[in-house]
Amino acid sequence: MSTLAETVSDSAVITRRNLIKVKRVPDLIVFATLSPIMFVVLFRYIFGGAINLPPGITYAEFLLPGIFAQTVVFGSTVTGASIAEDLQKGLIDRFRSLPMSRSAVLIGRTVADLGLNVISITVMALTGLAVGWRIHSSIAEAIGGFLVLLVFAFAISWLMALVGLLVRTPEVVNNASFIVIFPLTFASNAFVPLETFPSWLRGFAEWNPVSTVVQASRELFGNVPAGAPVPDAWSLQHPALYTVLWTVVILAVFVPLSVRAYLRTASR
Amino acid sequence: MTNAVVVEGLVKRFGENTALGGVDLTVSEGTVLGLLGPNGAGKTTVVRILSTLLQPDAGRAEVAGLDLATQADQVRARIGLTGQYAAVDEYLTGAENLEMVGRLYRLGKRESRQRAGSLLERFDLTDAAHRPAKTYSGGMRRRLDVAASLIARPQVLFLDEPTTGLDPRSRLAMWEFIADLVHDGTTILLTTQYLEEADRLADRMVVIDRGEVIARGTADELKAQVGGERLELTVAVVEQLDAVTEALRPLAQGELHADRQSRRLSVPVTGGTDTLAEALRRLSGVRADVLDIGLRRPDLDDVFLTLTGHSAEDGEPAGDPEAVPTVSAGASR
Repeated sequence: MSTLAETVSDSAVITRRNLIKVKRVPDLIVFATLSPIMFVVLFRYIFGGAINLPPGITYAEFLLPGIFAQTVVFGSTVTGASIAEDLQKGLIDRFRSLPMSRSAVLIGRTVADLGLNVISITVMALTGLAVGWRIHSSIAEAIGGFLVLLVFAFAISWLMALVGLLVRTPEVVNNASFIVIFPLTFASNAFVPLETFPSWLRGFAEWNPVSTVVQASRELFGNVPAGAPVPDAWSLQHPALYTVLWTVVILAVFVPLSVRAYLRTASR
Repeated sequence: MTNAVVVEGLVKRFGENTALGGVDLTVSEGTVLGLLGPNGAGKTTVVRILSTLLQPDAGRAEVAGLDLATQADQVRARIGLTGQYAAVDEYLTGAENLEMVGRLYRLGKRESRQRAGSLLERFDLTDAAHRPAKTYSGGMRRRLDVAASLIARPQVLFLDEPTTGLDPRSRLAMWEFIADLVHDGTTILLTTQYLEEADRLADRMVVIDRGEVIARGTADELKAQVGGERLELTVAVVEQLDAVTEALRPLAQGELHADRQSRRLSVPVTGGTDTLAEALRRLSGVRADVLDIGLRRPDLDDVFLTLTGHSAEDGEPAGDPEAVPTVSAGASR
């Protein structure tokens, strides 16, 4: 077998192992499905009446791409906690002593978490359709909208993999990522239009990749009303391009860093 | 006989702390080497280096005739590792765990399944094969862990404290499994804090303390280093230990060892039963309640005590009244 084929085969073994856990641990499925449903319903009906939007769009249509982005970014933090757990339990030691591909544990992990995000996003989309969200674009564009979300979350997974390998305690990974991910998702256009932000925060939010992920998927789902004003920031004028750039940079930096950390780590 | 493991001048530092200060050892093919030492002696570090998890700072090592520094990939295909904590995936069943490891050793689907089935049977796990490992007892997890490390028939097996934390019955069962492996020709490097375990399983032993080899040889050779017999007694009340120690000091052929925690006194002696009779005569003049008294041949606990000044399982200097108890859970009496 060639090295690439071996890597793919080993990664598939690890992905399968991680997905079996999803099947057997109800908490994970609850986290991945019920909490997104709850977010969609709560935000839709609690903030729905209070937030002023440009004419031509309902809050459900504005909100859903934002909730998608928030959920998949949070979902990708599972990667870090799971790797820290494997490290704590000595499983990483076992894997590292096997003649398997050196990146398969991390690939298998991030791919399984991508799968979990696909489940979350499907459940949210169905819930969204039930509370008034609609796709107004072509099928290809809609698929593009989902891909932007999933690919960005996949990149964040690799960043979280490094965090998990360095922090080594699942609880600390969860708390630490919460402190970073929470402001990152809320200081964005995910839930409210940026026009209401104070100017210093608005500058941050405009260049925050979470905003551009949201903006890109809104455009691709056709959730931006015709005649809406063109945003000032370059990032929001070209949200898909800007998001893809971020994704490429995150992957280019954190895939090698995470693999390197994996090769050097050992449980204590 | 060729050596399955060769270690020369192995050094490993963690920051300021030198975990290994130049360790040399060899394991002949088809034999068991017991690597003995207290917690923190560096046993696990040796195993981590030999199983390619850690890079040494100096020195070299060969496993199965392959150089660790340049042929780590080939080494991994020929070794099995059972770490200190049972590294099994709790959410997978026993069978799934073994099949996964088999696949990662690149055995192929069918062979992984066959090997998993026969190992589950050999380790008495067939009934639990299709239950998640989460439901297993500590002993079952350990057995599953050892089974996982055997799935690709490794030439060299590393067992890092394979029975730590097991109840006596599981420990005995594990010893039997390990003895079977040796019988089948597997080379084993076993670390342990339990001297009885090494005495029972290992052909040769290397004793390390604070990262240095302090003794090596067969169990008999090590015991010979400690010399003759010992008179041991236990008193009912710890306050009586000092008076008893003073009364017996004239009989001692070396350092007496009083352990306050277990209220036990150990006196190196010569002269056999005559000395025992003399000791009893001397004790009759002391106000102390002796619970038991007897002569004993040295065991590996004594070896350790003599070589390092502290017991194998506490890692603290002996004689300290606050010392952690010198539990001799595994030591033969």
